Amino acid sequence: MTTQATTVGRPSRARGVLHRITASFLFATGLPVILVAAWAAYSTYSANRFFPGPLTVLDAFVDTWVGPAFLEDVVPSLLRLAGGILVSIVVGVVAGTVIGLVHWLRDLTEPVLEFFRAIPPPVLIPIVMLLLGITDTMKLVVIVSGAIWPILLNTIEGVRSTDSVMIETARAFGITRAERLWFLVLPAASPRIMTGVRQALSVALILMVISEMFASSSGLGYRIAYFQRNYLIAQMWSGVLLLGLIGVFLATVFGIVERRVLRWYHGIKEVDRG
Amino acid sequence: MAVRSTRHRRWLRKTTLGIAGLVGFLTVWQLIPTLGIVDAQYLPHVTDVAVRLVNELRDLAFWRRLGDTMTAWAIGLAIASSAAVALGTVVGLVPFLRRATHTTVEFLRPIPSVALIPLAVLMFGIRMQAALVIIVFASFWQVFVQVIYGVADIDAVARDTARSFGLTRRAQLRHLVLPTALPYLMTGLRLAAAVALILAITAEMVIGNPGLGRMIELSRSAGDAVGLYALVVVTGLLGLTINIVFRFIERRTLSWHQSIRGEEVL
Amino acid sequence: MADRPTLLRVEHLRKVYESDIGDVEAIGDVSFTMEAGELVCIVGPSGCGKTTLLKCIAGLLRPTSGTIEIFGSVVTGPTPAMALVFQEYGRSLYPWLTVEENVALPLRHKKLERAHRDRLVYDSLEAVGLLHAARQHPWQLSGGMQQRVAIARAIAYEPEVLIMDEPFAAVDAQTRAELEDLVRELHLARKISLLFVTHDIDESVYLGERVLVLSKSPTVVLEDVVVDLPADRDQITTRSLPRFAELRTRVYGHIQRAKQGEAVTTPTSS
Repeated sequence: MTTQATTVGRPSRARGVLHRITASFLFATGLPVILVAAWAAYSTYSANRFFPGPLTVLDAFVDTWVGPAFLEDVVPSLLRLAGGILVSIVVGVVAGTVIGLVHWLRDLTEPVLEFFRAIPPPVLIPIVMLLLGITDTMKLVVIVSGAIWPILLNTIEGVRSTDSVMIETARAFGITRAERLWFLVLPAASPRIMTGVRQALSVALILMVISEMFASSSGLGYRIAYFQRNYLIAQMWSGVLLLGLIGVFLATVFGIVERRVLRWYHGIKEVDRG
Repeated sequence: MAVRSTRHRRWLRKTTLGIAGLVGFLTVWQLIPTLGIVDAQYLPHVTDVAVRLVNELRDLAFWRRLGDTMTAWAIGLAIASSAAVALGTVVGLVPFLRRATHTTVEFLRPIPSVALIPLAVLMFGIRMQAALVIIVFASFWQVFVQVIYGVADIDAVARDTARSFGLTRRAQLRHLVLPTALPYLMTGLRLAAAVALILAITAEMVIGNPGLGRMIELSRSAGDAVGLYALVVVTGLLGLTINIVFRFIERRTLSWHQSIRGEEVL
Repeated sequence: MADRPTLLRVEHLRKVYESDIGDVEAIGDVSFTMEAGELVCIVGPSGCGKTTLLKCIAGLLRPTSGTIEIFGSVVTGPTPAMALVFQEYGRSLYPWLTVEENVALPLRHKKLERAHRDRLVYDSLEAVGLLHAARQHPWQLSGGMQQRVAIARAIAYEPEVLIMDEPFAAVDAQTRAELEDLVRELHLARKISLLFVTHDIDESVYLGERVLVLSKSPTVVLEDVVVDLPADRDQITTRSLPRFAELRTRVYGHIQRAKQGEAVTTPTSS
């Protein structure tokens, strides 16, 4: 593909690409590395027992979580989290669509729903505990009781605000009710719905942690609280680290799904901007 | 010819249905323990809860606790916002910084601030400072991210115009950056205000520093269902109020910024 | 000509809106007929209810009084006999569907065989010159191309009459000329009946075989101008014909008087 005439230009192009990759890598890792190094330095030179060095934490991380504790505590917590999120999405979207489409139903339920959404989610934990006792179902219901509201209300909002010209187009071409729902209303509402799902994810994580911290005898949140109560600092930090990784993991997965589902939406924004 | 006000009729219908929904909800709530579907020990009568609520509002101790919560909320929100505006503006305006901090921000942001509760307790004990750590950490990101978006959203043409007219840095900040970023900042503040309330109360529930959250936890452990429900209603109303206030502020700030496109009524 | 039923018959159409400030009589008394295979343009001053008229004809709005018949049957709602092309193509095409999915969507409920449906879709895309863009999304195309997609969608629907509501108003002049020629080509090659609303007087005379000039609201038909230009038209020669200028001036004169509020009704003769 390359002829003799372009061999002069080729090395500098390759160099340009290499330069760009290196720059990206440095940007991505630079600050984190500096912060970790600063953390290591601080923990070595100050004897603050609340801030063990990164290596200590890493050690504790492997010790604590890589092993039986993972299956006993972490996996059940994550399963409950996933289950709670899924139930919230399904119920939230279905109910939200129905309510959004039926005007009088929306007017009827809106004040009550808005009130429930305004209740800080962790406050519902004692209520759910009261009604259901301390069971696994309770922990799942707690997650749903907080995560469902952003999805439900965002779906309602998204479904009701379908573009009028698009609706008229559908009417003019005789597109059936069912087709309208599947090909118009739901796709048009999907950006709104995804915003709701994103909010629901962070609420679900908070509820999972809190409900286990004081309403449980197992699970990730319980373990971290246990470590804190018994002054096992390094292990506690490792738990915090694990929670952070879970949070990042959820955010990443959501990002991937969102980009795929809303490819058209991002495409339009790109075109508008450019 | 009488002026038929369809808009007025629509508003009337909407409000009537909304009130009907509320009343219906309260009625169902009242019926469940009355009919014995759920024991009143776990789901007390609405009337009992309402009476307790009114009594609480007359109790000075309640207002003191509310004040504790709102103090933590306000201080946390203030610290988070100032830090976020300062850092966000700097990072947003300097592309190098934006690129350099991207991965760090995207890693730190999703960390649930409740994960820091054990650490906060170790460091500060059962005091407001511990709660503030949690509140500030979570609220900061809400504002920070919005400020960065806002600063990045500066219209290229406007910026070039400013530059060609030789506006000083400070003038640029005032007339270009601030108006563009202001709506984003308002949105961020509204979100942060809600988050700050959630975490203020959560911290009180888990850590135990004085406030509404602690009252809730005490009611629960004492088995005082009526008190518990009354406090939950209070927090809901509190959340609603904060949301309404901040939405109002947001809309007033935006009213000059964006022309509100009228909906075609036909 | 007497044995072929009239394609479209509008008789004493009247539309009154309720609004916050009182009743608005958008359409006063509009009557006209249209035969199959005709290309009829509707022009009028802005705000004269052209869009309202189209929506009533298409069955999207219920008229206050009067009748609309298509091939003898009364129009009570949207019918497969009519296909619409809106002005706002950006809000009429669905951005999450590809071009070919957009064109195929109205055909889904027609219960056609897969092969037949595909043939209609690709046929119409080819007719508007966008077969190569079938897999793309509307927002990846220019404004003119998006409007072509909307036209393809309307053609694939196989309606009796194609109704276009100021379709080229939001497009630049160059593209508008191309699209006008496309419309004439489709009309001549496929014998498509067209009802074309525009505010552009030149466009109405260039395209139409008849031009209905509307008054200000309450709207009535001021005149039914027959455009006796040759069927084979092009942007340069046709627009420089003296007859074009005459017709154009006539329509323009009506519009000017209509704008000043003189609702001069001339008895509509064929």
